[in-house]
Amino acid sequence: MTDVTAGSAIREPYRPGQSGAHGHGLFSATGHGKGGPASKFVTAAYGFWIFLLSDIIMFSAFFASFAVLSQATAGGPTGKELFEFPRIAAQTGLLLTSSFTGGLATLATHRRSIAATQFWLLVTGLLGAGFLFLEVQEFATMASEQAGPSRSAFLSAFFALVGCHGTHVGLGLLWLGTMMAQLWVKGFRPDLLRRLHCFGLFWHALDIIWIAIFTLVYLLGASP
Amino acid sequence: MSDIESRIEEELDRRDSAPGEERITEHELAGGLSGYLLGFGLAILLTIASFLAAQTDLIYQPAVISALVVLAIAQMGVHLVFFLHLTTGPDNTNNVLALAFGVLIVALVVIGSVWIMAHLSVNMAPMSAHQAEMMP
Repeated sequence: MTDVTAGSAIREPYRPGQSGAHGHGLFSATGHGKGGPASKFVTAAYGFWIFLLSDIIMFSAFFASFAVLSQATAGGPTGKELFEFPRIAAQTGLLLTSSFTGGLATLATHRRSIAATQFWLLVTGLLGAGFLFLEVQEFATMASEQAGPSRSAFLSAFFALVGCHGTHVGLGLLWLGTMMAQLWVKGFRPDLLRRLHCFGLFWHALDIIWIAIFTLVYLLGASP
Repeated sequence: MSDIESRIEEELDRRDSAPGEERITEHELAGGLSGYLLGFGLAILLTIASFLAAQTDLIYQPAVISALVVLAIAQMGVHLVFFLHLTTGPDNTNNVLALAFGVLIVALVVIGSVWIMAHLSVNMAPMSAHQAEMMP
């Protein structure tokens, strides 16, 4: 059996509780009370998983307010008049492909190939930037058509929800750039591998939230 | 296989997986590159199906919302399995339980809000023309 995980090849020789009896770079700790606490890779990723779930719970509040206010257009433009299907399809394609190339970057970290990792991270970032560009363009068009967030409760809820997701993508891009620079300078250090893994989780979670947005906000809002 | 090797394998099996960590080996269908390709293909198909379901008139109109919700949940499942490598294995119990708790809270917040606000909206006393003028 070949273990191809990012964490498995990391030796943490000074970690308490790790016996290190067999020198294969494997974790001896099971996280079940034998051999000490779970490895830092597992605890860091699990902590980040909890953060992502609380982030999704925050998004659920925005989704709830959008669902409640989606009919409150106050005589202003409705989703049917504002949303353009081709743009939404392009955004969805860009973010989905970006999630996929993010996965390819993760596979490249397992092979410990700096060049492949940097390449796929760059592709991921460019696709994410394309998504963000289309979204900013959409917001700017809507604002210029007197359909800004102050027009109606529906539009306030729309800009809050979709804008919050867009902000996450933007922050993710900043994080991605930082990771690429750190990888460039420092190589595959254990702490960097942990951060890259957390970034992968973050990026996939953003795509999962986008599935809910394009279904509930755009497709349902624009369908008859 | 020697005794020590089998014991190492047993230890590996019992260690908890980090969320998103891939513990499947390459020769399995959902492992490695083929797993990502399969997930990507399924996600593309489900996305296309969503966009078609929203625009076509082949589906009975009141059923479109159910179709879209089912397709979205299916695609989230595809992402969780193929991209986030969530499994039902014992090494993933912590991750799945945390996710289940998150889903519970999300369902309470969304369904609860929609339910309560719909009731308030239905039970609201109708507004007179004079009251409507006084609205800010």
